[in-house]
Amino acid sequence: MSSLRIIWNILIKDLRVEWRNRETLASMCVFGLLIVFLFNFAFETAREETLRLLPSVLWVAIAFAGVLGFNRSFASERENACLEGMTLAPVDPSTIFVGKMLANLIFLGIAEVVMVFAATLWFNVSFLPALGQLLLIAFFGTLGYAALGTIFGAIAANTRMREVMLTVLQFPIAFWILMLSIDSTGNALRGNPQGNWIGGIARVAGISVVFTVASYLLFEYVLEE
Amino acid sequence: MNKKFPISLHFVLTFIGLAVMLYMIFLYAPEEMTMGEVQRIFYVHVACAWPALMGFIIIFFSSIVYLWKRTQYADELAHTTAEVGFIFCTCVLVTGPLWAKPAWGVWWAWDARLTLTFLLWLLYIAYLMLRSYLVNPGRAANLCAVVGIIGFVDVLIDYMAIRWWRTQHPQPVVLGGPDSGLDPRMLATLLVSVCVFTILFFLLVRIRLRLAGIRRELSEIRHVLAFKHSED
Repeated sequence: MSSLRIIWNILIKDLRVEWRNRETLASMCVFGLLIVFLFNFAFETAREETLRLLPSVLWVAIAFAGVLGFNRSFASERENACLEGMTLAPVDPSTIFVGKMLANLIFLGIAEVVMVFAATLWFNVSFLPALGQLLLIAFFGTLGYAALGTIFGAIAANTRMREVMLTVLQFPIAFWILMLSIDSTGNALRGNPQGNWIGGIARVAGISVVFTVASYLLFEYVLEE
Repeated sequence: MNKKFPISLHFVLTFIGLAVMLYMIFLYAPEEMTMGEVQRIFYVHVACAWPALMGFIIIFFSSIVYLWKRTQYADELAHTTAEVGFIFCTCVLVTGPLWAKPAWGVWWAWDARLTLTFLLWLLYIAYLMLRSYLVNPGRAANLCAVVGIIGFVDVLIDYMAIRWWRTQHPQPVVLGGPDSGLDPRMLATLLVSVCVFTILFFLLVRIRLRLAGIRRELSEIRHVLAFKHSED
């Protein structure tokens, strides 16, 4: 089987499992919505500050919702020794990584759409004027975040208290992906007062690609017994 | 290394170095004009920062060596360096605010170097927590090596990203201003304390490495004994 075929099979498997129990996606969306709601309520008084606060609110919600999903991603494989099955299959471990990462990327992407929709209603902000830029930022930011989440989810699945372990690994290392995404999102929403919107996105993209490639190369050592 | 330069000699050297360093910090180095006596913490602060950073560089290289050559020693080196480096990093974070409060008027400011040190400290914590939370110790070396490598990539990214982040921020406030005409006696004191702390760092790593070696031997002996016991 070609690698693309294997990646496709793993991705479809994850999507199908998710379609049948809808646990991960539902918890990610609800959790994300709750965070946006809480911040919206807490910042009620600061209407004029909305554009400054909104990017941080959204990316913090994305970060926390993401961690929920990444935890499930490999924890579910450990039940019934599915991970051993996958490891024993005569396929390149990196293809497993790509398949799982794409599934995480899709789940987090769907959760992001839900959160952004809620933010549009509650914060009364339109994302449409800068939609193209925002899509690019969201894609690259989520890509790097999901890549790190996938490899750390696989590592944390080997530990006690894996929810804590994943968070402790994920946040310091994904720190700049989040911070630069917040920065670029804010710039895009304010109509790029400093001009040069491509630079901010290029930085997010650069960091994300570096982390994605590093995770891709190192993943085989994570699965090795 | 152990025969040519035994740990006992290393220990004596460190001890003498520390005594000389203390003399230089408190008696030899002149008092700083604007900050006064408080500035003397600078020598300890900067001297701790260097081993803290070097620690992660060592973790990175020994992680690569482990994944490549599978030598147990490389894994032990990475583990011990993380423990010692974490202590030095903590010292930087403790001495920093102590100095910042009288010098800047605040305990903490999210300036470039503070952010970097704090992120480095979090990475050390993540690395050490992973070591102690693993269920199956047999896989510890692999997983920690992966985190060690990605962590170091993150340190490099931190160095670049901190310059991109909110670039309107002023450059780091006078961190002792080593470039702006540092007194030669101050410079000498700084160099000595950096050297002494580096020697101290390696002494701690060596002591800890020896402990790791003894532990490994002990567990091997236990295995053999348990095996013999089961045969009887």
